[in-house]
Amino acid sequence: MTDTLVAFDDVLTSYDPAMGLEVHVELNTASKMFCGCPTEFGAEPNTQVCPTCLGLPGAMPVVNGKAVESAIRIGLALNCEIAEWCRFARKNYFYPDMPKNFQTSQYDEPICFDGFMDVEVEGETFRVEIERAHMEEDTGKSLHVGGATGRIHGADHSLVDYNRAGIPLIEIVTRPILGAGAKAPEVARAYVAQLRDLIVALGVSDARMDQGSIRADVNLSLSPKDSGVLGTRTETKNVNSLRSVERAVRFEMSRHAAVLGGGEKILQETRHWHEDTGVTTSGREKSDAEDYRYFPEPDLVPVAPTRAWVEELRGTLPENPTARRARLQTEWGFSDLEMRDTVGAGALNVIEQTIAAGTTPQAARKWWLGELARRANEQGVLVDALPVTPADVARVQALVDEGSLNDKLARQVFDGLFAGEGTPDEVVAARGLAIVSDEGALSTAVDNAIAANPDVAEKIRDGKVAAAGALIGAVMKEMRGQADAARVRELVLEKLS
Amino acid sequence: MITRTAAELAAALASGETTSVAATRAHLDRIAEVDGAVHAFLHVDAEGALAVAEASDARRAAGTTLSALDGVPIAVKDVLTTEGLPTTCGSKILEGWVPPYDATVVRRLREAGLPILGKTNMDEFAMGSSTEHSAYGPTRNPWDLDRIPGGSGGGSAAAVAAFEAPLAIGTDTGGSIRQPGAVTGTVGMKPTYGGVSRYGLVALANSLDQAGPVTRTVLDSAMLHEVIGGHDPLDSTSIDQSLPPLVEAARQGASGDLSGVRIGIISEMSGDGWQPGVLTRFRESVDLLVKAGAEVVEVSCPTFVHALATYYLILPAEASSNLAKFDAMRYGLRVWPEEGASAEEVMRATRDAGFGDEVKRRIILGTYALSSGYYDAYYGQAQKVRTLISRDFEAAFEQADVLVSPTAPTTAFKLGEKLDDPIAMYLNDLATIPANLAGVPGISVPSGLADEDGLPAGFQILAPALADDRCYRVGAALEAALLDQWGGPLVPPEENLS
Repeated sequence: MTDTLVAFDDVLTSYDPAMGLEVHVELNTASKMFCGCPTEFGAEPNTQVCPTCLGLPGAMPVVNGKAVESAIRIGLALNCEIAEWCRFARKNYFYPDMPKNFQTSQYDEPICFDGFMDVEVEGETFRVEIERAHMEEDTGKSLHVGGATGRIHGADHSLVDYNRAGIPLIEIVTRPILGAGAKAPEVARAYVAQLRDLIVALGVSDARMDQGSIRADVNLSLSPKDSGVLGTRTETKNVNSLRSVERAVRFEMSRHAAVLGGGEKILQETRHWHEDTGVTTSGREKSDAEDYRYFPEPDLVPVAPTRAWVEELRGTLPENPTARRARLQTEWGFSDLEMRDTVGAGALNVIEQTIAAGTTPQAARKWWLGELARRANEQGVLVDALPVTPADVARVQALVDEGSLNDKLARQVFDGLFAGEGTPDEVVAARGLAIVSDEGALSTAVDNAIAANPDVAEKIRDGKVAAAGALIGAVMKEMRGQADAARVRELVLEKLS
Repeated sequence: MITRTAAELAAALASGETTSVAATRAHLDRIAEVDGAVHAFLHVDAEGALAVAEASDARRAAGTTLSALDGVPIAVKDVLTTEGLPTTCGSKILEGWVPPYDATVVRRLREAGLPILGKTNMDEFAMGSSTEHSAYGPTRNPWDLDRIPGGSGGGSAAAVAAFEAPLAIGTDTGGSIRQPGAVTGTVGMKPTYGGVSRYGLVALANSLDQAGPVTRTVLDSAMLHEVIGGHDPLDSTSIDQSLPPLVEAARQGASGDLSGVRIGIISEMSGDGWQPGVLTRFRESVDLLVKAGAEVVEVSCPTFVHALATYYLILPAEASSNLAKFDAMRYGLRVWPEEGASAEEVMRATRDAGFGDEVKRRIILGTYALSSGYYDAYYGQAQKVRTLISRDFEAAFEQADVLVSPTAPTTAFKLGEKLDDPIAMYLNDLATIPANLAGVPGISVPSGLADEDGLPAGFQILAPALADDRCYRVGAALEAALLDQWGGPLVPPEENLS
């Protein structure tokens, strides 16, 4: 069934959008929320489990102090109040990937509450109010086998991996975001993007949306223009890229407007986001009948962070990513586009460190967003996961600057670094990559090239200097790349003048 | 051999008069002899127990021991997980489940060198006061096989009463250690909440559950309590504080001097519904304490009349959530209603077939009490009353060092007598429930046989949280005075059992 849609611009003539974003952040603690099991991503199914995270009869939870610390730091970075005393609560519902058939979460006593984040979209600042950030555990992961779509419908059996069960999550919930109007999709995206940057800066999560370590649920409703009355909302689950956040908001606005315009009511329900087709489809209906029967977790004692500890953690907060970015852009003299590319490639930190190691901003950017970004892309990782350090890049550039390497040779040095052949200097020595500065050898090579390409030489003599490229190429080939192309050019022109 | 107390067995092992293997084998033989009639055990591990006994004897021969009770055999209620030994909680839904890990209490028993004879019968998931709700058939009271042994820990109490084990572990959520103790003429101690780890205790109601000793003497309870008690990092609710010296308190009490001890009689715990013979033995026991030098005051705890109602909101609420994990996905029973059934259908069919009626009744009650729109009126209100009950205790403990009452309103009733009347069954725990709601310790000590029926009655001693030693001191004093009077321990008629 295809939904009828209203063109986006037309939505705004009749309706005001209201959004609410729930973002789940998977913490990168070494162990799970309530037990000592490891949390590494990608292990063999059901190898990182114990009686507690499998929900075996009799097993009990113990709170991971590091997760509490991360929760507080996230809360402080979002300008939240930190509860002096709060409890965990059980959220009761049956689902095969939930070992205890309740999720240990927080209900009316979140650890962080009443914060905000200022989000910038095209020079305009929107304040997104944070209602709460609370701690909870992740569920296991179901794999539905035999169906066409990987969804439970049509599958002939399901497998459950409990490695993820019990991984600490922080759920960050905004208050309704009103007044964004036509910019609603961009505001949603910018909020999630800025939140992700903040999480990265805090170092509390891998913050990989593609691996699910940050997952966004997008709530959206429309109200008749200027009525101030909130409409019925839908909740689009697991929107797992920034682009999808923006598209999901846009799609749901158009869909809601079409439903409402047709005189029908919006069903309060969860919706699935389809990355491939860019549409949402109906999930389970979320009626008032859904009752999680929350009550305080009797197996855990309250969490009561002392004020002294909270202040100590406040002292560990990194510079606000937005402010930091503005500062670095000014210091480095990057254009808006260059800065956006840098951030988009996740190269901010490595470029900063490369510059700190003595490279110019433009040279650092050239390597990290050019050659190295290409290689990272091939490997499907971010640049900071490459086996090349900022110090390596700085050394390579220094060798280029002093004339020992050219760009082509530099790329071969990177080959060596990727192959684990040691430091840049070791690779240069081992592979014999330094530029040959022996003028005699170079002069001979130029003479050979002229002799082998009389036609080209003739053109150059006639003043067609542009033809020199062919001779330079021939010389470089003979020198196996180990020559300074600028010097070769000088020699060619000298000899043929 | 089997009539010896744990302390006597420990002494005989220490002197070399007997061995752990001999003691363990004697109890295994006794189980083989009488458990067909009593049905205290759901699972007997003769091989495992004898292996531990042999290791204990070898250790002792080499000059070392792991604890004062090293080599003394014990039975464990089937609600505590035991690695390699089945754990069913008296339910069909866990039939055949062998846990991959030990409860902390069990681990401490193993580390202390106690051979585990087997797992004892109980009401399903500890819901009941008669052990009739076990999915594996009832346990019978060694004093009269037509009568109940109390519950939920009827198996542990009956095993100890029938000399099948010198020691047992029970768990007490609303009286499941103390009431079976009372009706089988044994000693049952519920420690301070948080005093003994709950890790591996399959939860009935997490905020009420507490494991503790089931024995024939107060001293044995104290010795066992010292083995299993103390802080456990795996249980966040366990108290990070060392226990007061319990064995010392029991020995001090046994000397018979209670001068300076103030005994508070809870005035709400008598009158209608209390069996006259039980009350008579209670009053005589109080007189003996006075003779030992104690002062007696009457205290009133007016909110205790609401304890039962409060308990039957909090317990089912927590239980309904705890029992959700039994869903056929990872362990235990799995019932396929039909070929190709969905996970949800399998869960439903399994829970329908695997849980007994009493369990279902409480799941429904608890689910209702936690439902949106009812939470404040039921679960929320119950928590408030619970606070008031704790305050009543605090006020009473300002006037008295310990509070006393009969443990249960009646002696053991007949099998089947109250099965169709849940409220009558629940009333058995009237006197024991307040201690669970407030988290305070309580012990039941035999007070004699009621005149009407010749069956055992229990005397309950409650103390403030963390003052478990007072239960042992006063309990041992009463026990010493009564043994003097009786000329020896009360023993069920042997002809019942053969």
